[in-house]
Amino acid sequence: MTVTTNGSGISNRLLDLIPATPNQLTRKDFTSDQEVRWCPGCGDYAILATVQGFLPELGIARENIAFISGIGCSSRFPYYLQTYGMHSIHGRAPAIATGLATSRPDLSVWVVTGDGDALSIGGNHLLHAMRRNVNIKILMFNNRIYGLTKGQYSPTSEVGKITKSTPFGSLDRPYNPASLALGAEATFVARSIDSDRAHLTATLRAAAEHPGTAFVEIFQNCNIFNDGAFEALKDRDTRDDATLKMVDGEPLLFGAERDKGIRRAASGGLEVCAATDENVLVHDAANLDPSQAFALSRLTGDAHGVTPIGVFRNVDMPTYDEALNDQVAQARTKLGKGDLLGLISGNETWTIN
Amino acid sequence: MSEQVRERETRRLDRVVVRFAGDSGDGMQLTGEQFTSETAAFGNDLSTLPDFPAEIRAPAGTPAGVSGFQLHFSDHDILTPGDAPDVLVAMNPAALKANLKDLPPGADLIVNTDAFTGGNLKKAGYADDPLTDGTLDSYTVHRVPLTSMTINAVNAAEGVGGAVNKKEAERAKNMFALGLMSWLYHRPTDGTEGFLKKKFAKRPEIAAANIAAFRAGFNYGETTESFSVTYEVAPARMRAGTYRRITGNIAMSYGLIAAGELTKLPLFLGTYPITPASDILHELSKHKQFGIRTFQAEDEIAGIGAALGASFGGSLGVTTTSGPGVALKSETIGLAVSLELPLLIVDIQRGGPSTGLPTKTEQADLLQAMFGRNGEAPVPIIAPRSPADCFDAAVEAARIATKYRTPVFLLSDGYLANGSEPWLLPTIDELPDLTVTFTTEPNHEGPKGPEFWPYLRDPETLARPWAVPGTPGLEHRIGGLEKADGSGNISYDPANHDRMVRLRQAKVEGIARDIAPLEVDDPSGMAEVLVLGWGSTFGPIAAGCRRVRAKGLHVAQAHLRHLNPFPANTAEVLRSYDKVLIPEMNLGQLRMLIRSQFLVDAIGYNQVRGLPFKAAELAGVLEDVINQ
Ligand SMILES: Cc1ncc(C[n+]2csc(CCOP(=O)(O)OP(=O)(O)O)c2C)c(N)n1
Ligand code: SF4
Ligand SMILES: [Mg+2]
Repeated sequence: MTVTTNGSGISNRLLDLIPATPNQLTRKDFTSDQEVRWCPGCGDYAILATVQGFLPELGIARENIAFISGIGCSSRFPYYLQTYGMHSIHGRAPAIATGLATSRPDLSVWVVTGDGDALSIGGNHLLHAMRRNVNIKILMFNNRIYGLTKGQYSPTSEVGKITKSTPFGSLDRPYNPASLALGAEATFVARSIDSDRAHLTATLRAAAEHPGTAFVEIFQNCNIFNDGAFEALKDRDTRDDATLKMVDGEPLLFGAERDKGIRRAASGGLEVCAATDENVLVHDAANLDPSQAFALSRLTGDAHGVTPIGVFRNVDMPTYDEALNDQVAQARTKLGKGDLLGLISGNETWTIN
Repeated sequence: MSEQVRERETRRLDRVVVRFAGDSGDGMQLTGEQFTSETAAFGNDLSTLPDFPAEIRAPAGTPAGVSGFQLHFSDHDILTPGDAPDVLVAMNPAALKANLKDLPPGADLIVNTDAFTGGNLKKAGYADDPLTDGTLDSYTVHRVPLTSMTINAVNAAEGVGGAVNKKEAERAKNMFALGLMSWLYHRPTDGTEGFLKKKFAKRPEIAAANIAAFRAGFNYGETTESFSVTYEVAPARMRAGTYRRITGNIAMSYGLIAAGELTKLPLFLGTYPITPASDILHELSKHKQFGIRTFQAEDEIAGIGAALGASFGGSLGVTTTSGPGVALKSETIGLAVSLELPLLIVDIQRGGPSTGLPTKTEQADLLQAMFGRNGEAPVPIIAPRSPADCFDAAVEAARIATKYRTPVFLLSDGYLANGSEPWLLPTIDELPDLTVTFTTEPNHEGPKGPEFWPYLRDPETLARPWAVPGTPGLEHRIGGLEKADGSGNISYDPANHDRMVRLRQAKVEGIARDIAPLEVDDPSGMAEVLVLGWGSTFGPIAAGCRRVRAKGLHVAQAHLRHLNPFPANTAEVLRSYDKVLIPEMNLGQLRMLIRSQFLVDAIGYNQVRGLPFKAAELAGVLEDVINQ
């Protein structure tokens, strides 16, 4: 791990453009004076506490951090952080953050969004932000439901979901957000869980260290409208068999006894095998080819009985921000700083005396 | 009938309207542009209007695929590209078919006879050959075998003959036409030859072919007996200064660049391509040395979203579009109203509804700009009146947006966007200093010490402070939820919401105190009828007024640049006249606003044909209203 100019352990070439803070900030420095208004027991509280606890680690000036959100319970997030923030409109946060991040390379820009916000109304913006590799960190709180509008099914709800808007069961197949992100060739794709503070913190750290778009899906419990959606991943008795914690460079093993592993299946996808199987795969998040990361994302859910968490993909590619600002810098080097009167005169003028 | 050889005469005209028309592949825009350059260099006042099909390559030879370019030039100041051509150059039967209805009897018609083949006549929808069936009896027809003479000239030119193929030779026929027209109107030709050399620098043989065709056209005029008269239009007496020719979209682009320079804010354009606004994206993308960031987004919503995000970060956010794009941006414009951040929304209006007439002009987005949002969401609106005026309008929009922290609409249209006129270049001291200062200090004493209240307003302008991320100690959150007056914290309090709605409205209305009063042009001071317009109708309305006044009638003209709020003296101006006539290229949108705000029973004159008004048409309407 390199030591950065800002003295924190977290570094990348873009983070280094952001002014460091001379002060040792704490969680309290990132807590705003606004009363938090989520339902008691909502998973959003745990995520907020983890983010507030993590932000001091960035070692950058608090005023150089901005959180942009859309609309939803999750999108109230920026109000509770003592940073710059914008609670925008439904689904558009990635677009707004793109303008902010590309025009202000001295800021650390985060997007907070929900499964409906990011994947339904804002699906297009999400895809294009990831495709462009804009330097923003997207935290998508996936509660597999529309919380704020009081419990309609969402694009991540399972088929047959009974909700107010689907009393006979929902009909459409859900998105797998990680698969979607990998399909858009996002350079950083990860998944974590609201209640696993250590894992979520490590995931946020990895996202912050990544130059470019980081897409982090956070399983979040909505105890009012979709309670227990991720219970199998949280319950002490089941969680070790139900989650596969991916660690870069290590074999893909899981299970209460660490007796299970992941290997390639004859179908071309992946399957669960014994930990002792000689074909157990080693996780390679930095692989430029996203195929294996995609195959891992497909393990999610009931058919395989295991849900991978951690970083699926983490590759360093040129970012849109750098490319855009490079073009501006190059134009200035080549043509000099713009000369307004020269420009507007053009090369065909005539003078009348 | 034997042709009588007459002494060639040169006639002096005070103004001429010429139109070039051909297939979209015939290079008519280039021909028109180049004729215009010659005319500008000569010192005439001028105004141009291109007219091209919506399809990139509509079926060749059909009236749908005809592309035209009209130029009006004169020895005095003119206001419009002209009602009807005095001379039409028709490169094929389709061009004749599509344009003949605009040609007044007696006008000159130059036709490329080579193109009048059976197949082409059929494609154009002619059962009989109009060159022989009497259709053209009322015109002065000049039959020119343009294609074959071009090919001959190119083949005969030294060093060009074998170097270009037949198709390339034929393609130079537009330069033959240009040469002939340059001769007919005594235009200077050096510029065109230089232009061709530069344009085809990489293919000198093509440049040579085009120059050969251009000269051949010129010489053909000299030697043929088809033209008994040539025309001269003396240079216009224009205000002293340095001029260039400019289209509305380029003037708008330069105005936006100037706005960035004058406010000292980096310009950020977030946009999505759409006719007739795309040229602004193209132009701004070329000038990154001004620190401009251009972002071609995935859609209009992302375009304006990114622009607003950039404004939040302290850039001058701009989005450019046309009517359908405005519809998509509405929700974000509402957010900008609520955030009270500067943002420029440039709407180059085109025919609607829906996809409508993408390449034609209209001014039917006024009410969309005014009201097209949920809730009470007032947005200032500014409309340029001529192509060159787009520059000043953009600078003015930036002044209002930054001073009042508000999104501002700029309503241009297809006619201004693509039309051109001479522009008296501003000098640096004619441009306003719009330097923006960000808030850097807390502005409120809280219980625990100094605080920053993002919605504590300037008592005079009612603008809120603009503190950008990166400013220590002023960290704050803004959003679309209603905010408490002052602190900006979320507030659902009924009285506070009522106050905030009224404050946002009052802020925009207050701009009326800070804009130029509505000027009235009433030379005799005896007018009883006021004609009120906005946007691109300025030229035709003013030209219509001139005609009416020339007949000894009295009419007053006023033209609105600010449509929200209206200038402070608007009511007074309206009340000073017995009748108010409002011509618009819509069904009466300004009229609706004027009637409801001022209780003035304004009369409308409304046309939505995708074309600008004609001066003669408006003169007729004015006379009727005056004489009623
Ligand atoms: C344009 C628009 N359409 C619809 C809504 C209503 N709406 C608000 S939040 C939401 C869904 C939120 O779901 P999600 O993104 O999953 O967030 P959660 O509340 O579950 O955190 C909807 C439909 C809106 N605010 N704006
Ligand atoms: S509705 Fe669900 S997601 Fe929203 S605050 Fe309540 S528990 Fe949280
Ligand atoms: Mg949700």
